[in-house]
Amino acid sequence: MRIEKPGLKIAEGVNNSFHSSFFSPQSAILLTATAEDHRIARMAAVALGLAIIEGAIPSPLPGVKPGLANIVTLIVLSRYGWRMAAWVSLLRVLAGSLLFGNFLAPGFFLSLSGTLLSLLALGFAMHLPSRWFGHVSQSILAAFAHITGQMIVVYLWLIPQAGIVYLIPVFAAAALVFGTVNGVVAASFMANEKNNTVSCGAAKSAE
Amino acid sequence: MIAVFRHIKTGDWLTMGVGCFIVALLTFELWNGELADKVVIRSKGKLFSEVSLSRNQRIEVPGSMGISLVAIENRKVRIASDPGPRQYCVRQGWLKQAGEIALCLPNQVSVELVGSHKSYDSLNY
Repeated sequence: MRIEKPGLKIAEGVNNSFHSSFFSPQSAILLTATAEDHRIARMAAVALGLAIIEGAIPSPLPGVKPGLANIVTLIVLSRYGWRMAAWVSLLRVLAGSLLFGNFLAPGFFLSLSGTLLSLLALGFAMHLPSRWFGHVSQSILAAFAHITGQMIVVYLWLIPQAGIVYLIPVFAAAALVFGTVNGVVAASFMANEKNNTVSCGAAKSAE
Repeated sequence: MIAVFRHIKTGDWLTMGVGCFIVALLTFELWNGELADKVVIRSKGKLFSEVSLSRNQRIEVPGSMGISLVAIENRKVRIASDPGPRQYCVRQGWLKQAGEIALCLPNQVSVELVGSHKSYDSLNY
């Protein structure tokens, strides 16, 4: 039997070596990672990789980025639901800020507010009738929500001047373009995968 | 290329259309008119001062009747108070775009927004 909780260990190891078992490093609380945790970590890692690749692409205007990591969020949303998507994208923001070194800096709060609002938008968009609305709609709505969240933080906290409004059309156009592109990429990825598994299954059954 | 369009459903086109409309609307609303970057304040026919719009502030301008208060806030300007009897320039409200002008005739104070290029309207001709 594998003992995971220190309380159990104390109860069982009272007579032999109470101190050594209690203070040894092995007896620290073990966190067991479920298969779901592993999946979240794996998807967040993929999203982080995309975010880093994206960081190498020069941008004409700070803040105008393709948001490639959102492709991962879209795929996770459609495969595993909203809760997992929220985990993956929030972990990506947190771990990304640690990697890029802007944890708790303005950039971190910008991406956090953008991500929170786009998760809200995705929570709404995933309930749109799937017969007519696909990943492209979800992606566009999320992109617009993302830029809205960022603009709120920029306006309320960073630059409380109306001058920033002149950049909003640029950001909105970028959100539309990149939202569409990301949505198409996510949709074609998922369609490919479905076709592949179907053909694999067909091949296997043929064998 | 056609394979790409296969992944876009009917409603997605609708979303894209609405998105385009929003972008166009924002562009039209926010980029309409030239950006004003400074305000020219005149008093009793002479230039009183030229102030940048980037800093929020209130300026007291002495006129022929008393003091007009000019307020600059969030890249907009207005006459906050004026000793004139009819208060036309105060009621004109915020000025945003280059070329807009508020005149307080009794007090001989005027406030004009100017951009980098001088634009002409019927007032100038």
